[in-house]
Amino acid sequence: MRRPLWILAVLLSHWRRHPMQLATLLIGLISATALWSGVQALNQQARIAYDRAAATFGGARTAVLVGKDSATFPQQLFVDLRRAGWPVSPMLEGRVQIDGRSFRLLGVEPVTLPSEVGNAPAVGRGSLQSFVTPPGEMLVAPETLRDLGLKDGDRPQANGLTLPPLRVQAEFAPGALIVDIGIAQDILKMPGQLSRLLIGKSKAPHATLESVAGDKLRLVEPSAESDLERLTDSFHLNLTAFGLLSFFVGLFIVNSAIGLAFEQRLPMLRTLRACGVSARMLNTVLVIELVSLALVAGLLGLVCGYFIAAALLPDVAASLRGLYGAQIPGQLSLKPVWWFAGIAISILGALAAAAASLAKAIRMPVLATAQPQAWQQAQRRWLMLQSAAALAVFAVAAALIQFGDSLIAGFAVLAALMLGAALILPMILQIALALGQRSARAPVGIWFWADSRQQLSGLSLALMALLLALAVNVGVGTMVESFSRTFLVWLDGRLAADVYISAASDQQAKEIKAWLRDRPEVQAILPGGRADTQLGGAPIEVLGLPDHTTYRDNWPLLESTANAWVRLRPGDACLVSEQLSRRMKLAIGDHIEVPAPGGSWPLEIVGIYADYGNPKGQIAVNFAALTRHFPQTPLTRVGLRVEPDKIAPLITALQEKFGLDDRNIADQATMKRESKRVFNRTFSVTAALNAFTLGVAGIALLTSLLTLANSRLPQLAPLWAIGLTRRRLAALELLKTMAVALITALFALPLGLLVAWCLLAIVNVKAFGWRLPFHVFPLQLIELLAVAMAAALCAAALPVARLARMQPATLIRTFVNER
Amino acid sequence: MSASTDLTRRAFAGGAMALALGGKSFAQGFAGLGETAEGFAAVTPGKPFAFPADHGPHPEFRIEWWYVTANLSDAGGAAYGAQWTLFCQAMKPGGPSEGWANQQLWMGHAAVTSAGTHRFSETFARGGVGQAGVEAAPFRAWIDAWELRGLDAFGPQRIAPLELKASAADFSTTLRLDAERALVLQGDHGYSRKSDRGQASYYYSQPFYKASGRIVIDDKPVDVTGTAWMDREWSSQPLAADQTGWDWFSLNLPGDEKLMLYRLRQKDGRENLFGNWITPDGRSAEIAASGNSITPMATTEIGDRKLPTSWRVTLPARGLAIETAPLNPKAWMGTSFPYWEGPIRFSGSHAGIGYLEMTGY
Amino acid sequence: MLRVTGLTKSYRSAGEDVAVLRGVDLTVATGESVALSGESGSGKSTLLHLIAGLDAADSGEIALGNITVSGLNDAGRAELRRDRLGLVFQQFNLIPSLTVADNLVFQSRIAGRHDAAWHDELVERLGLKSLLKRYPEQLSGGQQQRVAIGRALAPKPLLLLADEPTGNLDEDTADEVLHLARDLVVRTGCGFLMVTHSARLAATLDRQVTLHAGVVA
Repeated sequence: MRRPLWILAVLLSHWRRHPMQLATLLIGLISATALWSGVQALNQQARIAYDRAAATFGGARTAVLVGKDSATFPQQLFVDLRRAGWPVSPMLEGRVQIDGRSFRLLGVEPVTLPSEVGNAPAVGRGSLQSFVTPPGEMLVAPETLRDLGLKDGDRPQANGLTLPPLRVQAEFAPGALIVDIGIAQDILKMPGQLSRLLIGKSKAPHATLESVAGDKLRLVEPSAESDLERLTDSFHLNLTAFGLLSFFVGLFIVNSAIGLAFEQRLPMLRTLRACGVSARMLNTVLVIELVSLALVAGLLGLVCGYFIAAALLPDVAASLRGLYGAQIPGQLSLKPVWWFAGIAISILGALAAAAASLAKAIRMPVLATAQPQAWQQAQRRWLMLQSAAALAVFAVAAALIQFGDSLIAGFAVLAALMLGAALILPMILQIALALGQRSARAPVGIWFWADSRQQLSGLSLALMALLLALAVNVGVGTMVESFSRTFLVWLDGRLAADVYISAASDQQAKEIKAWLRDRPEVQAILPGGRADTQLGGAPIEVLGLPDHTTYRDNWPLLESTANAWVRLRPGDACLVSEQLSRRMKLAIGDHIEVPAPGGSWPLEIVGIYADYGNPKGQIAVNFAALTRHFPQTPLTRVGLRVEPDKIAPLITALQEKFGLDDRNIADQATMKRESKRVFNRTFSVTAALNAFTLGVAGIALLTSLLTLANSRLPQLAPLWAIGLTRRRLAALELLKTMAVALITALFALPLGLLVAWCLLAIVNVKAFGWRLPFHVFPLQLIELLAVAMAAALCAAALPVARLARMQPATLIRTFVNER
Repeated sequence: MSASTDLTRRAFAGGAMALALGGKSFAQGFAGLGETAEGFAAVTPGKPFAFPADHGPHPEFRIEWWYVTANLSDAGGAAYGAQWTLFCQAMKPGGPSEGWANQQLWMGHAAVTSAGTHRFSETFARGGVGQAGVEAAPFRAWIDAWELRGLDAFGPQRIAPLELKASAADFSTTLRLDAERALVLQGDHGYSRKSDRGQASYYYSQPFYKASGRIVIDDKPVDVTGTAWMDREWSSQPLAADQTGWDWFSLNLPGDEKLMLYRLRQKDGRENLFGNWITPDGRSAEIAASGNSITPMATTEIGDRKLPTSWRVTLPARGLAIETAPLNPKAWMGTSFPYWEGPIRFSGSHAGIGYLEMTGY
Repeated sequence: MLRVTGLTKSYRSAGEDVAVLRGVDLTVATGESVALSGESGSGKSTLLHLIAGLDAADSGEIALGNITVSGLNDAGRAELRRDRLGLVFQQFNLIPSLTVADNLVFQSRIAGRHDAAWHDELVERLGLKSLLKRYPEQLSGGQQQRVAIGRALAPKPLLLLADEPTGNLDEDTADEVLHLARDLVVRTGCGFLMVTHSARLAATLDRQVTLHAGVVA
């Protein structure tokens, strides 16, 4: 066992003498692991939250029976089904207002609750007796307890009742209050009523549903994915794509560091072989060395990843809440598998990045063959091969655009585009530099271009990383900016009323409306309302819009028939949201049947409107028609048109007169501010990851230049010897780096715009269901170009400064040692 | 000490429900069976029994059960066993409340056993809403789709004829139970002492059922006939705190004599023997506490437990000395509160078949 | 101790087989030092490499003591180099990231044959005592080659093979280094086979063998 250790010690001695190379290697591995595992931690955190939500007493994971028209049904049906052998458990769901805030109240029956329904046993953690017998207990997630501002054991008031004492259950999804079914019936004032029956997995024979419940109940099969998972898939795919990108950019660094170290260690490896180390032993120890380094870097990367995830989590949570209403706890909790996966990805990444070098080591002959400077020939071959590969990848991308029709395909197009662009970058640089060389006249000028070309193979990986990071930055920046602009215009149209009121009850709404009618500054009272139903198996919202010029003039329609607003009036026509029209392939002139309590409601589609940020499909109908078909629709929402300078006093008057607070009444400006805030947070994670990726690309460039700087001395020393000052040499080196970086950045701009187009025209449409107009923002592009050049400048500055300050003796030695 | 060892034979009903629903700590919150019976009705000697009223529930007591076991055989003579049990437990004293506020918890167990197969199932229900319950007249005991129902010409003194139904994912049972003779009171005229410290239950049986019907295992129906035995028992504190388990026999002796015999094990290793010898004319006499013995012989390993599935029983005063052997030594009820229950056969001074139940192992 | 018989080796170059060795016979006895010379391309380095097991012959036999080198696989040849041979090259081939001290012990350590007393003697005789903490790049050519000789002799090999060991050194340094090497070879009693194109240096060894066009002249 001593022998491999000695060999390992010899191999490691290289890093001691070249700490910068070691740092490069470790930084590459650490940043790759950190960004990858950071993103994984975020995804995992969100997934745990979805699982919690889905598992909370019959989320989408459990098959359920619901009332035919989604209304409640008598609990005798539960008893009848049990008596017929059905393993069902009753549930009642409703909402309660505690301190003006609305919470979901779930009544469950712990004795029949199927054991496979998520965290059912948590009920029994306390005493069954105290849970089911008055006053009972109300189980809440710790987050919800915090939101309520109450303590364990407190008894809040709601619906004129004192609710059961609160009990914290860490496993529960936030936002729900869980009580015994009997207590829920009391609180919600729905004695003997149930809203659904959870079906356990027990397979005892039972009678058919129809023979027991007639047509009163409808079976809803479980879906493998929860609604939240389905909705948020695109968001996580987005995160994962960024994590993957950063991972690969990190691996670029690792690859260049290992490649350089290998080249430098070739003589050492030959000597080892000559001194009697067998090829197999040497290769084994090389792998052991790499794995050990990857282990150390992986651990450090995981710690960094943890901090990245912890730093981004609030933004991710905000994004998910804003986009999908998904509740993610703000505390990061990681499973052991995350740590193992992180270490594994670090090791695998290191092995992948070192594959070429390791393969070379394995094939390495002991005897050094004469190595003529055949770089030009080798480089040409390599360029041709890479370019051919690039063209093949572009062909794949084109085929995907043509034939692909999914979110994954959209991302695959993006990946193919970027991979192809990265592969073809060296060829583009080669051509650009060759053109430069042809135009140069002075000898130093010719050397400048020729030497840049020779440097290409060493720098190309780092430049590829820079290209990808820049392109993604341009792409994502353009998408966010496009979205932002479209969103703000859309918001102006959607928030057409000046004041928005949400009354506590229909009665109060009536009183408010009566009071408003006598106010001269109120130009229009616009009642609104929405109902929930389902279309094609998915939940949708039905929005009631009053027939008023405010909507006709402002409400943004993407497409419509000539007289769409007039067509709405009789109540047999509707507008559909863009998401819904894309999902269900609905077009103007199509007919749909909307299930309503009074029977199905046939509607003709007369327009399509944008509904950004809404995960649910939506249709808009005439308000009066809505209240006819959905008589239960709350009439508590009212919008007002008011003379601009009277808005503030009117709001104050309303607040005083009806005891409304900020949650119940808001002016247009406040609503817009809120919406914009949610919007901005939605993309803050994207922005942060964007910055990280660019940072990693900058590091890749820096490390490549640093490692190249050492090996370039033999090329520079002759120039110094023939009379170029060190300062002049340094300036030329800087200029060369900036030149290739500039070419790369200029190539990144059109690529980035292509990426943006893919995001807007393919990914967004698949992920969210809306297509945004494509805008180009020249200022943003110039800004990014400047950032890229600044990054290149920073990266080049350190090695160049070293060159400028280099002792002449160091340069002389290159002649002595050079053989 | 775990809650499970507090529980013995049929008295474990409530504890099992507690365990099923929430683990050990849960049981401590309510009626641990060794706890005092404060607020519940007490079991006292000399109670006059009235039928059919006493076939119905006694909610003023803490626990109660309706318990049927049947020794069956098919046309080819192959032996089977069947079990149908309904337990009821009150979570707190006081008359039964309406609806979901009702404090009764119900638990059903069903099983079928053959020489090579043992199948079981359990289910739970809250009282008050109709998912489970018992009505005295017309007699009906049910939980979910499992049912024990009085048929036409039901005689309350005979508690017959009955129809018994239970079904689960991998088995089902349908039996008709007929009896010519009247039910018999166990213990001292229905007062069954469980310790010398006052723990007791009300206990009567119908050991004379003739059973016929069909059991289905894995969709394969078998028509069966045989005998069945019903136990009815209710109490508020049937056990002493230091009693750890129970070995209970119901034996069909030759000449239509019946023997009910059980051994209560104590933490300190001592044991108490109780039982009744029932003659064909329905006379029921208590077995003397001393001089008799129930001794374990061969054991069977089930999981990490060792169960004495073969026994020697000697009642010298009655001239009885038999050895019992299980039809299926793996008749393990892996329910929320697990125990062993299955058909046995015996030989020696007397030969016949019966049922054995063992808890607390 | 070393017996080479009928050794042939050809390389493929520009589509043609070029025969480098065409049946070489050579012996080196224990304690004998032999100079192998010949003009450029005569195959002397190739012969040395084949003896060292750095390459495989086409035919013929190389026997070192009781071991047939030509019959060994890569691992066996590595073991042979490690345990029985010392190699010295024109380019010194020291490990740049190890100090002189570490370079010196390196081969004897991986061979598991480290002898502290012999090591101290080597350091003393090679005059490396004050240089132990330095790195190869901080040494002159003569100093580097002395380290290389020390490394090769540290495991007490059966045979020391040197390929133009003084080719990179000026004449005075070359004489000094070769003198040291010969002394140490005598001290250890191992065989010594040195490839050189210098007739002057060849003359200082016990015997001279000249290769011409792939055979011993």
